[in-house]
Amino acid sequence: MRSIPSGSQTVGPFFRIGLEHLCAQDASGEADVARTVRVRGRVLDGKGVPVPDALLEVWHADAEGRYSRVEPPEPGRPTCFARAATDDEGSFCFAISRPGAILCGAEEKQASHVAVLVFARGLLRHLMTRMYFPGEPANAEDAVLRLVPEHRRGTLIARENPQRPGELEWNVVLQGNEETVFFAW
Amino acid sequence: MMETQNLESSLAGTQPDYHYPPYVSSVLRSPRMPLVVLPQALLHCDGPVFGHGLIGAFDHDLTAQHPGEPIGERITVHGRVMDEDGRPVRNALIEVWQANAAGRYRHKSDQSQMPLDPNFSGAGRTMTDAEGRYMFRTIKPGPYPWKNHYNAWRPAHIHFSLFGAGILSRLITQMYFPGDPLQPFDPIFNSIADESARNRLVSRFDMDRSEPDRALAFSFDIVLRGALETHFDTPFERQAR
Ligand SMILES: [Fe+3]
Repeated sequence: MRSIPSGSQTVGPFFRIGLEHLCAQDASGEADVARTVRVRGRVLDGKGVPVPDALLEVWHADAEGRYSRVEPPEPGRPTCFARAATDDEGSFCFAISRPGAILCGAEEKQASHVAVLVFARGLLRHLMTRMYFPGEPANAEDAVLRLVPEHRRGTLIARENPQRPGELEWNVVLQGNEETVFFAW
Repeated sequence: MMETQNLESSLAGTQPDYHYPPYVSSVLRSPRMPLVVLPQALLHCDGPVFGHGLIGAFDHDLTAQHPGEPIGERITVHGRVMDEDGRPVRNALIEVWQANAAGRYRHKSDQSQMPLDPNFSGAGRTMTDAEGRYMFRTIKPGPYPWKNHYNAWRPAHIHFSLFGAGILSRLITQMYFPGDPLQPFDPIFNSIADESARNRLVSRFDMDRSEPDRALAFSFDIVLRGALETHFDTPFERQAR
């Protein structure tokens, strides 16, 4: 008899007290500066209002497309993981080392991407989405993007930011016509 | 049938819906378009690994993080983190945060009239041991008013964040206290429709683990989803909504 997983509850508005210690603006300790990607964006609600109390967690693979399973160096911060909270304008920024294409026990290869978990006051369960990189030919073959209705795929692909060369821009829209694609798992 | 099992289809009622109007903040923040079911074969294999170096000496003891002792009922909270098959989840990072005994958070957005306690920050973290066990020392948080509806009060609770074997296991939840008269009125607690699932978020008073002259004990066990699931014949098949 399997046990039923414990119920999820909202992170609430005060999560910074407990979770901020792992928020970092930079991919600290990333040896490969050339692979560092900075992503900025906003979290918006169903009326387009910025969400000032959201938290994103970015889970990703390393340059070879592997997920790290080694004990991290002191002080115990994990690799292939980033956490960023939104500010009063609903804006977030995270920097990661760009992951390679993923071969994850499946026969199908996946384009380089990051998984993003979204937590916020008002979300009784967290949401799961993905961010892909612009201009990647592999996106066309990606097994997950192909599950998404074509007119919504764009919500999962970041854009180059013309104002900030080298940076990517990607918004998370919780609800509405431009709603980001979220996954059930 | 090799139909993909996900929380939507197999665990109806034991997890909250995203759209739950009694919790007003959910109305504009919940997706309305259909979620895309992600086959488990395409999910991430593993999650981040946290080292013990992340945990400071007093991180599990919220009563010992300041020169003075915080005001409030001293308690310990302990329990086990297990997966769905009852196996302990080892080296799981647990992060907690809570209000002080007066129901006030040390956070700029908490503008309530309740007093701050200079000796209480309200944040802790620890990792589970080889049997999946954990323990925190803290003070019992107070209930606090919020703006969801007229005369709305959150029952006393401690926020818990857990990392298990992988991305499926990630959980943020809240631990409640037994006998709290506010629970029937709280939309967040009642967003879990299934009564037994809801009540598993209520800790159990544990006289045996209470420490004479020091602290009352509450026990709170947590079940995380496993890593990638290999079997599909789960005994709790339910009707998809
Ligand atoms: Fe709270």
